[in-house]
Amino acid sequence: MTGALLFGLAGAALVGCGVYGLLTASGALGRILGFNVLGGGVFLIFGAVARRGAAAGFSADPVPQALVITGIVVAFCATALAVALLVRLSTMEARAAPADAGEKET
Amino acid sequence: MSLLFDAVLCLLLLLGALGVVATGAARPAVIAFIGYGLLLGLAWVRLDAVDVALTEIAIGSGISGVVLLHCVRALPAPPRAPAAHPMLRPLAAAIAVAIAAALALAVLALPEPAPTRAADVAAALPATDLGNPVTGVLLVFRALDTLLEKVVLFLSLVGVWALSRDPACRGRPAPLSPEPAPAPSAFLARVLAPIGVLVGLYLLWAGADHPGGAFQSGAVLAAMGLLLVMGDQIRVPAAGNRSLRLLMLAGPFGFLAVGFAGWATAGVFLGYPPGAEKAVIIAVEVAITLSIAVTLALIVLGPPADEGRS
Amino acid sequence: MSALLVLAVTAPLLGLVPLFLLGPRTGERAALAMLAVNLAVTAGIAEQVAQGGRAPGYFVGGFAPPLGVGLRADGFSAAMMLMAALVLLLTGLFAMTGPGDMTRKVKARGSAGRPATFFILLLSLACALNLAFLAQDLFTLYVALELLTFAAVPLVCLEGKAGQLSAALTYLLFALFGSVLYLLGVVLVYGLFGTLDIAHLAGLLAQGTGGATAAAALALMSAGLMAKAALFPLHLWLPPAHSGAPPAASAVLSAVVIKAPLFLLVRLWSDLAPLPLTQVAGPIFAVCGAAAIVFCGVVALAQERLKLLIAYSTAAQIGYLCLMFPLAASDDGQWSALAWTGGTLHLVSHALSKAAMFLAAGLIAETMGHDRLSGLSGVGRLAPVSVAAFGLGGLSLMGLPPSGGFVAKVMLLTSALQQGSWWIATVVLAGGLLAGGYVLRVVVIALQHPDAGLPEARECRWRALIALALAFGAMLVGFMPLAPLPFLDIGRPLSWEGLLP
Repeated sequence: MTGALLFGLAGAALVGCGVYGLLTASGALGRILGFNVLGGGVFLIFGAVARRGAAAGFSADPVPQALVITGIVVAFCATALAVALLVRLSTMEARAAPADAGEKET
Repeated sequence: MSLLFDAVLCLLLLLGALGVVATGAARPAVIAFIGYGLLLGLAWVRLDAVDVALTEIAIGSGISGVVLLHCVRALPAPPRAPAAHPMLRPLAAAIAVAIAAALALAVLALPEPAPTRAADVAAALPATDLGNPVTGVLLVFRALDTLLEKVVLFLSLVGVWALSRDPACRGRPAPLSPEPAPAPSAFLARVLAPIGVLVGLYLLWAGADHPGGAFQSGAVLAAMGLLLVMGDQIRVPAAGNRSLRLLMLAGPFGFLAVGFAGWATAGVFLGYPPGAEKAVIIAVEVAITLSIAVTLALIVLGPPADEGRS
Repeated sequence: MSALLVLAVTAPLLGLVPLFLLGPRTGERAALAMLAVNLAVTAGIAEQVAQGGRAPGYFVGGFAPPLGVGLRADGFSAAMMLMAALVLLLTGLFAMTGPGDMTRKVKARGSAGRPATFFILLLSLACALNLAFLAQDLFTLYVALELLTFAAVPLVCLEGKAGQLSAALTYLLFALFGSVLYLLGVVLVYGLFGTLDIAHLAGLLAQGTGGATAAAALALMSAGLMAKAALFPLHLWLPPAHSGAPPAASAVLSAVVIKAPLFLLVRLWSDLAPLPLTQVAGPIFAVCGAAAIVFCGVVALAQERLKLLIAYSTAAQIGYLCLMFPLAASDDGQWSALAWTGGTLHLVSHALSKAAMFLAAGLIAETMGHDRLSGLSGVGRLAPVSVAAFGLGGLSLMGLPPSGGFVAKVMLLTSALQQGSWWIATVVLAGGLLAGGYVLRVVVIALQHPDAGLPEARECRWRALIALALAFGAMLVGFMPLAPLPFLDIGRPLSWEGLLP
């Protein structure tokens, strides 16, 4: 067994963890974390693919590495936007809760 | 020996991931996630992908960690979640294990020898005068993806700012913590920030030929900016500030301008002028780094407060 | 190489600079100008495709795939781009700050009082959609999908109400789940073939390489796209998100944003996947589509609010495209080509009619101050043009002539009957009946004698005319001949022929 294969299998296991997190999370923060764990697993599988593709003097195929860098930044953007939405929503709910005397109409 | 190290690392990664998803409470889960990100960074080093490792540690673990911790602090204590159905967890675990097993089979079934683009990159890289193949892919061969991903970063800030109650988004973001900075953190900011800025600039400079580049450098610079803000060393600029907005646009639109210039100089969109490739690529990287640094820091700081209250 | 393809992706972005740096008034005009340029560029591309009879392409940076990334416009992409550009421009005009808007305090403005943000998002949508229709690289398509998500999610919560924020968050989480599934499929494809270029991959897959892993990769990508397109059973995020947004935002979300993942689903299964695999997957999509049509159609009938009703109707109408998959994948050339044309025309006519209906609903809600169906009786007197736009748009959903929806559904129906798929034919007809039920219910209420005194307000006439223009557009599609459209077949099957040495 090679190192690349080992990390590929670990990536598969991490994807499983992420799916578990998404399915069992009780709140949005849990889902955001689950999404990030899942994403980390996907990227790691891509890393294993890159490592297997070592050739032409490169110790790993550079194309998947570049794609993962792009992917990490996109995942960060998604996390940040989701967190901003969540924080705004919960402050609004916290502010509305005491005043809300039972009015349900939106 | 190294295989044993890798195996231990994988095991720790798995434990970290389980720590994130199986912990009930928010703060321990986020802290586990930061650790998970650092371990992932280590895994990337072991996979000989140092560029990715730097990005993962700086952005995937570092800045994401700051955002998530801020979220934990800002969220009120969650109401007691209604007890989930007793079958939910076993069922979810079964699904997760099935998916992981299927993926593991798919990984094992990947063809041998592995298909790769390494040879193509190696053949095309000398013309760009770059030493780092990953930078070559990001800024030359697949420049379109990178350019548009800058737009994604810009849009996520637009999305965060859209949550401000001031429609014009001109005010300053609220401080990360309401109290004035304690002395140690002011001291830390004064000492660490100059070193960090140097590290960031080095990563930018090295990125052309060695691991490093715009993302990693931008993330480090953003972190230093945040450190200075948290240590009360600098004041957060107002979102309506014209030069701030210019800095945010410099990366994506500087890149786009170079892309259009490629029509004149190289006869193709996003082509680089023959003979001056490296200089132009580095200029693009500088512009991107500045925009990434500013945008990342502003995303962490959150939506601008109302005009009147800032 | 056609430079227009690059302009289609980049020109909309140029409008972001004035929007972000100058005031909203100047920025708004610049944005509308860029949306007009976008329409001209897409029309130019369609013209090139029709004149040349083959798909123009472009290698970005001069690097040919598989190392570089390519853009390519076949007839299908060109038709979708033209439709999206038209809807975006008209919606932009609808949301424009008009004469009198500054003085009158009107709540349901298209841009929800945030013109700069709204138009930044609208222009980014134009870029993302064009990229999704043109890109030929699976990872560039991932970037396009992400751009689309980041432009679409803030549109949902422009007004910042709690309900909108929670709908936006749910939408974002669904979309992210979809992206990560799609990306996992992309990773497996790269691991198998070392390339992400669709034309190359189609050739490799046709030789039967890849086996079960390739099928799993396609399934993962499709599941991701289904989550983003709100295809049953992953549709739960759509109704709150689309109905809660301001009218102009709802219109683009329902009309064009979900069309990009649907388009890619078609791309994957009719251009990339080998035919035997498509013949296996087709019925699965058709079952999802049938469930969407019936289930969401029934739920739409039970809605009490106008905008929610329209949103559920979107979730139902997406199903028609999925009915196309098994029909278009059959070996019978003539009838499968008819289904292919029908599915595409359905995407186009649904976009136009749904945009018209959401804009009209926004004006109706603005006039009455609410959108509860029970209180809308007599609104036809206050907002006659809006109600007309709603009704004409509804024709297309019901599949009555003259409308694009009629032509599309007749084509699907004919193809289904000729191929002996009785159950698909039944679903097409049942869906039409359900749509008839919910559209007519609204029209009847609107034309009733008012129960109580009507408010003093009047519809905003020029905005209502824009909605009406969109509805007429959907009708015009209905004058297409009932035959396979050769334009849609230009550039298929995918190849870089003529560009690659």
